[in-house]
Amino acid sequence: MGNAVLVVGGGIAGMQASLDLADRGLTVYLVEKSPSIGGRMAQLDKTFPTMDCSICILAPKMIECFRHPNIKLFTCSEVKEVTGSAGNFHIKILKNPRFVDADKCTGCGTCTEKCPVKVASEFDMGMGTRKAIYMPFPQAVPRIALIDKDNCLYFRKGICRLCEKFCPANAINFDQKPEEKILDVSSIILSTGLDLYDPVSISEYGYKRYKNVLLSLEFERLINASGPTRGEILRPSDKEHPHRIVFIQCVGSRTSQRGFPYCSSVCCMYATKEAILVREHNPECEVYILYMDLRVFGKRFQEFVSRAKDEWAVKYVNGRPSAIIEDSETKDLLIRFQNVMDGKMEGLRAGLVVLCPALVPREDNKVLAKVLGLELNAYDFFRTEDPLLTSVKTSVPGVFVCGYCQGPKDISESVTQASAAAAGAAEVAVSAFTRGIAGGKR
Amino acid sequence: MEKDKEELRIGVFVCHCGFNIGGVIDIPAVVKYAKTLPNVVCAEESLYTCSSAGLNIIKECIRKHSLNRIIVASCTPATHEPLFRNTCEEAGVNKYLFEMVNIREHSSWVHMHHPKEATEKAKDLIRMAVAKASLLEPQTEPELEINPSALVIGGGIAGMSAAMSLARQGFSVHMVEKETELGGMLRHLHKLQPTGRDASEVLREAVTAIKANKKINLHTSTLVKEVDGFIGNFDVTLQKNNSKETEQINVGTIIVATGAEAFKPAGMYGYGENRNIVTQLELERLLKDGELKKPEKVVMIQCVGAREKTGRTYCSRICCLVALNNALFLKRLYPDVEVSIIFRDLQTYGEYEDFYREAREGFINFFRYDEDKPPKVVSKHDGKLTVTVYDAYLGAEIEIESDLVVLSTPLVQHEDGRKLSPVLKVPLGTDGFFFEAHPKLRPVDFTSEGIYVCGTAHGPKDVPESIAQAYAAASRAAIPMALRKIKAGAIKATVDKDVCVNCDACVVSCIFNAIDAEPFGLPSIIEANCKGCGVCAAECPMAAMQLVQFTDQQIIVAIEALFKPKKLVTSSGSFEPIVLCFACQWCSYGAADLAGVSRIQYPPNVRILRVPCSGRVDVLHVLKAFQNGADGVIVTGCHIGDCHYIDGNLKAKDRIDVLKKSLKALGIDPERLEIGFASSSEGQRFAEMMTNFVEKIRKLGPNPLRVKGGGD
Repeated sequence: MGNAVLVVGGGIAGMQASLDLADRGLTVYLVEKSPSIGGRMAQLDKTFPTMDCSICILAPKMIECFRHPNIKLFTCSEVKEVTGSAGNFHIKILKNPRFVDADKCTGCGTCTEKCPVKVASEFDMGMGTRKAIYMPFPQAVPRIALIDKDNCLYFRKGICRLCEKFCPANAINFDQKPEEKILDVSSIILSTGLDLYDPVSISEYGYKRYKNVLLSLEFERLINASGPTRGEILRPSDKEHPHRIVFIQCVGSRTSQRGFPYCSSVCCMYATKEAILVREHNPECEVYILYMDLRVFGKRFQEFVSRAKDEWAVKYVNGRPSAIIEDSETKDLLIRFQNVMDGKMEGLRAGLVVLCPALVPREDNKVLAKVLGLELNAYDFFRTEDPLLTSVKTSVPGVFVCGYCQGPKDISESVTQASAAAAGAAEVAVSAFTRGIAGGKR
Repeated sequence: MEKDKEELRIGVFVCHCGFNIGGVIDIPAVVKYAKTLPNVVCAEESLYTCSSAGLNIIKECIRKHSLNRIIVASCTPATHEPLFRNTCEEAGVNKYLFEMVNIREHSSWVHMHHPKEATEKAKDLIRMAVAKASLLEPQTEPELEINPSALVIGGGIAGMSAAMSLARQGFSVHMVEKETELGGMLRHLHKLQPTGRDASEVLREAVTAIKANKKINLHTSTLVKEVDGFIGNFDVTLQKNNSKETEQINVGTIIVATGAEAFKPAGMYGYGENRNIVTQLELERLLKDGELKKPEKVVMIQCVGAREKTGRTYCSRICCLVALNNALFLKRLYPDVEVSIIFRDLQTYGEYEDFYREAREGFINFFRYDEDKPPKVVSKHDGKLTVTVYDAYLGAEIEIESDLVVLSTPLVQHEDGRKLSPVLKVPLGTDGFFFEAHPKLRPVDFTSEGIYVCGTAHGPKDVPESIAQAYAAASRAAIPMALRKIKAGAIKATVDKDVCVNCDACVVSCIFNAIDAEPFGLPSIIEANCKGCGVCAAECPMAAMQLVQFTDQQIIVAIEALFKPKKLVTSSGSFEPIVLCFACQWCSYGAADLAGVSRIQYPPNVRILRVPCSGRVDVLHVLKAFQNGADGVIVTGCHIGDCHYIDGNLKAKDRIDVLKKSLKALGIDPERLEIGFASSSEGQRFAEMMTNFVEKIRKLGPNPLRVKGGGD
């Protein structure tokens, strides 16, 4: 229809764009690949620099997207085909089966209790477990369970079916099939977000070799009150509170080898945030941040870092470690680095090391780019037509981008860019309406 | 309005908010306590009340227990009140029969080390809300017509982008620019990154588009003098520069795009003493006009007047990028020029890192300095300069001979922008830039509906970011304008004609001309003009004027409920004062929220009662508080000059000053009553006010009326 917009990706950027458009009367199809909207922000504990509880400020937006009469939510769904042009795109999406009837499921959680299979939880970045039938996280929207076919005993061996037996709403449906849906829209907004670079190839840092070396988002799940340890910082090797935590910045960022040349933009700030959280949770735990350049360019960022230094005694050291070595007995980590400010070589013994890895656009952007005939830039972000004048327009008219998938940025900038993309989409809708394309009616 | 004759059935929903509240406050104890309160038939706890599970619990309980008053004790109403109100409506309960209690920003987050006291405070606040809720009445919201035309204040790149987007979306736009020509800062810039385009070319194209667009009414050499009204219906007075000539326009929404200016670092690094010491902006001007004498050794110094310990504490975001690009341009222009950049931390975020790499590979020298060992610039009598810096990496002092020193200074708010703050009644942050509704999730909105901000008026940013923010503001402004109608709040003044003595005090006190009366005739409220401040209700000597949702009875019953069970001493035997704080919903409540979000701790002796404006606080309310045993009363509001209702806080100040004199006669030390001011960006200040006031009251000892057994 001339007055509908497709939004691909249900993180904070996708949701903001959807809400702006829906609030002014346009129809929005919000397509999300995973079983719940919310994206990365749902995984965070707090957000810098305000220290807002992330899910607290996010959940009302998630619910609004769910309840909004003008937003049609498609989760577990992917965009398969796109034809047409600005003002008149035809979209084919594929709804992957949950094996749970969305109309019947009440979100009671009985199925997840009864399921005998435990696997690593994606939402918890592998720091915790979930069942083969599960809800991704407590505030998931929509609040409907789904079955992980690869690990479900019924799908693998034809046995069990306990969830079906105990479901009070008779909502389990092992025969559910993928469903195709055709949507007609006047414009498309891409907001597919980010992934974390896996720095296992930076082997000197010991990621995946040493138990107590974690990625930042893995650490965030530990420190999150609704995470696998209920917010207690228990290090993986022995579940003890570490006496000292060291953050290492720019792991795989700002480099020409084993990583990416660009700056991921948010890591200095989120490391500061996590450091403050550590100091709040465990005042006896020392925190170091080893950095290259402290990036404090946003509104109230410098003040946030100053507070971390002055009030929370977070120690910022300019220096890059050459290697991390594990103490095989204690599983502590020994870090050697040059303190650039005074040139001295120093050593730190840490109970836990947090690596801040490069943040990268998602792999499936490449597929989306093919489907849409879009270009990616040198770092696989969606290429914007004119990065000076219109950072939300792609090389294809009527297709907009916003959020991290366009380039490194934080939540405020993602929200801003999302509204900007919504303005672009609205302009296309208005123009299509006035040109009478696709019978566009309000 | 028909009084609700049904039996009161109150439901209380207490939120854990994960660990945020539940980690400090004993939620089960609070729920248990809530069940003992009068008319409470249901009390529940939730891990996250705002999640769909939590909202379903509310709806289920409304159905199951036929609830007709709902209380949620959780976070600040600033974020979730609309969500909970809508949930009530969905379950068949009028949204105005809902009261929210802040036990997170105002309790668990600010009393983290006093869990027992934080729990007691939560119980007290819920008891107050239950009492008030029993007097709430259902309301209907009037509809507001929205004029689908916008005012854009500022004709720089942000203003022009916002105006163009709105015009393309079909709305008419009034664009106001104080200079004779459009362009703002863009007129002074040289090349724009990241594409290296000529600023004057971009400017020319933008201005041509604006002038050609029939939907845009351009007013140059014009300032915004006065703004009246509300979303959908702003009456704006424009005035031509150096003239008394004014023009009235009416618009539905307003976008602030007034830009910023570059700080001139008088007295720093020799600026002003030597013409070879310039700012980056001055360098761009010279390059643009082709007036730069070929330099041989250029030295650029970053963070001049920025990232300071006090004052301009912020990083101005763009200076590193500007310096790098100017340096690269100079190198391309004069390949044998030597360029050195002296920096603290290089802010080349995102893909701008490429410019840093290019600069390093292009033989630009970099020297890192520590904040405590800044460089020195010395002028020699031939005009040449010597720059000395302790380079952190080399661990040694370096001396650089230079014939051009370029200082990278921050963007700052300018005078005309600052003047706009009281005109629009929108706040400035502590950094001087306009303060948005929420830094993460509402970066272009103001808390006042219908007004938005974009560009460097909001904070330092470059051209692509200003344009993106401008489109965002256009998107936000388009929402009410596209809908043509929105629901307005129901919080308006009402008059009880049976009690009114026709003294006209309300008519005189209303700065919005929302009360009409013949001299000594009965007043009538002009709802469209009424902003819901409640100043008239406080001024009315007969309590005939009331404010919906904040009537005298509702406020007093909450105060009485607060102090009813209060014992004089704590279990440990020492005196713990109880202080009542009236907080205006715009500034001081926001400041209290910010103190909470920032986890700035203050004593748990304060109980906050939210009012729309400090001007709503009636003499009666204060007296009732003391009569019931309050040890101290502090009224807090916006800073003088910043009041959302123009002068409500001034009226509050006068009222409190007079009341202090009467208190003495009543046997109450006037020091027990205070009025304080904070802006919504001053969380630290709010916490300090509370701490200082509680300490003062502690020294004064308990309210003498308490010792005598309290009033009635």
